[in-house]
Amino acid sequence: MQFLFRYANPHEFMRLSGRILPFAAIGTALCLCLGLFLGFSAPPDYQQGRTVLILFIHVPAATMAMGVYGAIAVCSLLSLVWRHPLSDIAARAAAPLGALFTVLGLITGSLWGKPMWGTYWVWDARLTSFLLLLFIYLGYMALWNAMEDETRAARATAILALVGAVNIPIIKFSVEWWNTLHQGESIVSGKLAPVFLAPLLLMMAGYGLLFVTLWMIRIRTAILERRARTLMQAN
Amino acid sequence: MNFEMGMYSVYIWPAYGISAVMLTAATLWTLGTWRRAKTKLAALETRGKAKA
Repeated sequence: MQFLFRYANPHEFMRLSGRILPFAAIGTALCLCLGLFLGFSAPPDYQQGRTVLILFIHVPAATMAMGVYGAIAVCSLLSLVWRHPLSDIAARAAAPLGALFTVLGLITGSLWGKPMWGTYWVWDARLTSFLLLLFIYLGYMALWNAMEDETRAARATAILALVGAVNIPIIKFSVEWWNTLHQGESIVSGKLAPVFLAPLLLMMAGYGLLFVTLWMIRIRTAILERRARTLMQAN
Repeated sequence: MNFEMGMYSVYIWPAYGISAVMLTAATLWTLGTWRRAKTKLAALETRGKAKA
C-alpha cells in the first residue's frame, strides 16, 4: 500500500511513467509484430480453417476489455476506501480504452461468429453479458461527464464501477454456468495447440502493453490538464 | 507467412482492418491530446512568468 501512495504524488508519477513509457512502447511493437508474424505463419486449424486468425485479435481484445474494467474497479476501491489521489484520474483515463477493447471484442467476435456459427449475433449469456460491459463503460464515462464537481463525480463513478464489477465474473464463467453457443475456455485448460498458443500469448502481451502505454499517456495528460486549470484560476 | 484466406477473406480482413484502424486512431488521439495539453500548459506558464 505504501508503494501505491509513494506514486500518488503527480511529480513522482510523471518521473516513473516517463521512464517506463519507452520500454512499454517498444515492447508493444515487438510483441504485436512477432505475434502477427507467427499468427500468419501458423497452419489452418483442422476445424476452423483460416478463420483461426481472428483468434489472435479477438481474444486479446476481449481479455483486455475485462482486464481494464478490473483495473478501473481496483482504482475505484483505492479512491473510495483509501482516498488515493491519483486513482480517480487513473480510473477515468482507462475507461475509453476499455470501451474501445470491448467494441473490438464485439466486432471481431461477430466477424468470427458468422462463418463458424452461421450468425453475426446470438443472445447467449457470454455475448449478452459482454454487450452489457460496453453499456457499463458508456454509463461510467457519461456519469463522469455529467457532473461538474469532480469530487462528487469521482465518488459516484467509483460506486458505479464497483457495482458493475459483478459483471466480470459473469462474463468469465457464463460459458460454464449456462449452455452457450460461445466456446469455453481453451488457454489455461491446454486445449489450444502450441502453434496457435504462442502467437496468441504474444498478441495478448502486445495488447496489454499497448493499454499500459496509452493509459500512462492519458494519466500524464490529465495531470497536465489539472495543472493548467490551476494556473488559469491563479492567473 | 500465408496471406491466402480463401472463402473466409471477407471475415478475416475486415476484422484485422477494423482492429488496426481503431487501435491506430486511439494511439493518435491519445498522443494528440497529450501534445495539446503540453502546449497549453507551456503557454500558461510562459504567461504566468511574464506577469510576474
